[in-house]
Amino acid sequence: MIKIQNLSKRFGALQALKSIDVTIERGKITAIVGPNSSGKTTLIKCILGLVRQDTGTICLDDVCVNGTWGYRRDIGYMPQIARFPENLTVRELIDMVRDLRDLGNVNEEELIGTFRLGDEIKKPVRTLSGGTRQKVSAVLALMFDPKILILDEPTAGLDPLSSSVLKDKILGEKTRDKTIILTSHNMSDVEELSDNVIFLLDGAMYFQGAVNDLKVHAGESNLERGIARIMESNGK
Amino acid sequence: MRTTLKILKYEFHDVVRNKWVIIYTAFFFLIAEGLFRFGGDGSRVIISLMNVTLLVIPLMCVIFGTMYVYNAREFVELLLSQPIGRKSLFAGMYAGLAVPLAAGFAVGVSIPFLIREFTDPSQIAAAVTLLGSGIFLTFIFVALAFLVSLRNEDKGKGFGIAVLLWLFFAVIYDGLILLITLTLRDYPMEKPVIAMILLNPIDLARIVLILQFDISALMGYTGAVFQKFFGTPVGMIVSVTSLAIWTALPLFLGLKRFTKKDF
Repeated sequence: MIKIQNLSKRFGALQALKSIDVTIERGKITAIVGPNSSGKTTLIKCILGLVRQDTGTICLDDVCVNGTWGYRRDIGYMPQIARFPENLTVRELIDMVRDLRDLGNVNEEELIGTFRLGDEIKKPVRTLSGGTRQKVSAVLALMFDPKILILDEPTAGLDPLSSSVLKDKILGEKTRDKTIILTSHNMSDVEELSDNVIFLLDGAMYFQGAVNDLKVHAGESNLERGIARIMESNGK
Repeated sequence: MRTTLKILKYEFHDVVRNKWVIIYTAFFFLIAEGLFRFGGDGSRVIISLMNVTLLVIPLMCVIFGTMYVYNAREFVELLLSQPIGRKSLFAGMYAGLAVPLAAGFAVGVSIPFLIREFTDPSQIAAAVTLLGSGIFLTFIFVALAFLVSLRNEDKGKGFGIAVLLWLFFAVIYDGLILLITLTLRDYPMEKPVIAMILLNPIDLARIVLILQFDISALMGYTGAVFQKFFGTPVGMIVSVTSLAIWTALPLFLGLKRFTKKDF
């Protein structure tokens, strides 16, 4: 479980997050949604310690994030843009993450098979397409069986087959009692995957609860239309 | 330290396969070999190499350094989501670029010297000083490039500042020294000029190298003043310490920025 209290962050004149209070449950998939520049990625980066909050606390189970890095042992992160050192091979990238985490055996071979990366494993990253890099990013996030998964636009740039493979994998991880956070602009993905939704507007929390509750709140049967209606009524 | 070495290992693998680093190494080899074939003896080659080294190394290091930091932005985010500290990552990234660049220069320049047998101790000392100065300049200008790129979010702006910094130290600074000494020619300027040289790593490397040869005598009174200061053990210690400070200061400021930066 991740508990966030009174979280605020300002970048110069922009108040990116305004007193956010959120509880993210274990064994569930929580989607963070909202228009562009609503603070989704900033919220994720605060949890990861990539962005230092101005005020507020973030606690993962009993460990509170306070500038230390040990807690990240339990987090697998898939960033929005998958860019790696161009001259390293996929194998070297996997080895690098494994070395940095001091892990012996991880289940990367199974994931390489799942994402059909067998032919790409010896190729340098510069020769890979955007979608293939995204699949490599998924392997790097999932291979050490983390308790918490943070996925920033995980299906962006993936072909339909890879996208459904990844979504199946994410749903499979949920059944193994993982805490999963994802952001997406694709509302059908959010509807398909998520149990809960956190809706941010201009850095402030607008709604937190079950996906169905948001639809009821917006008076729409479809999540995308519900979110569009909320954005419209808030002048977005 | 272990984490730093792990990051260094992979970053090193990435950088040494970069075609520009290979071209950089080949460039120094071809220049040194060419100078030997067409230029003649060791001293002349070293002096000609010095002029190339003092201009090319700082320029290439600021270009490589800024591009490297800006291009690694997303990968840094991924690495910082791993259980590693920011200091280790910064040190690994810095060494991952500076070590291959310094090695590229050292290997490229050394091969033509090693295949010719040198016996004259003064020439060996000069060649070693040339290598040392080049390596120092690599570490200094990569550190400056890291500092500039970490302090400027905008890639174009950071790149521009880094190149201006090179232009300032490599070209403009000497003009300023000349202007100041000409304007204040009625005053004793020896000590202020020595101080001004200590404040520019390129000038400092140049003086240390020139003093390895007799040509410092051709510089007249100024040469004598430099010889009197930089030629002594104290002067050498001050020079090397200044170069070390020139490496450590931007590195420290860059690290400070890196540990506080929002990615």
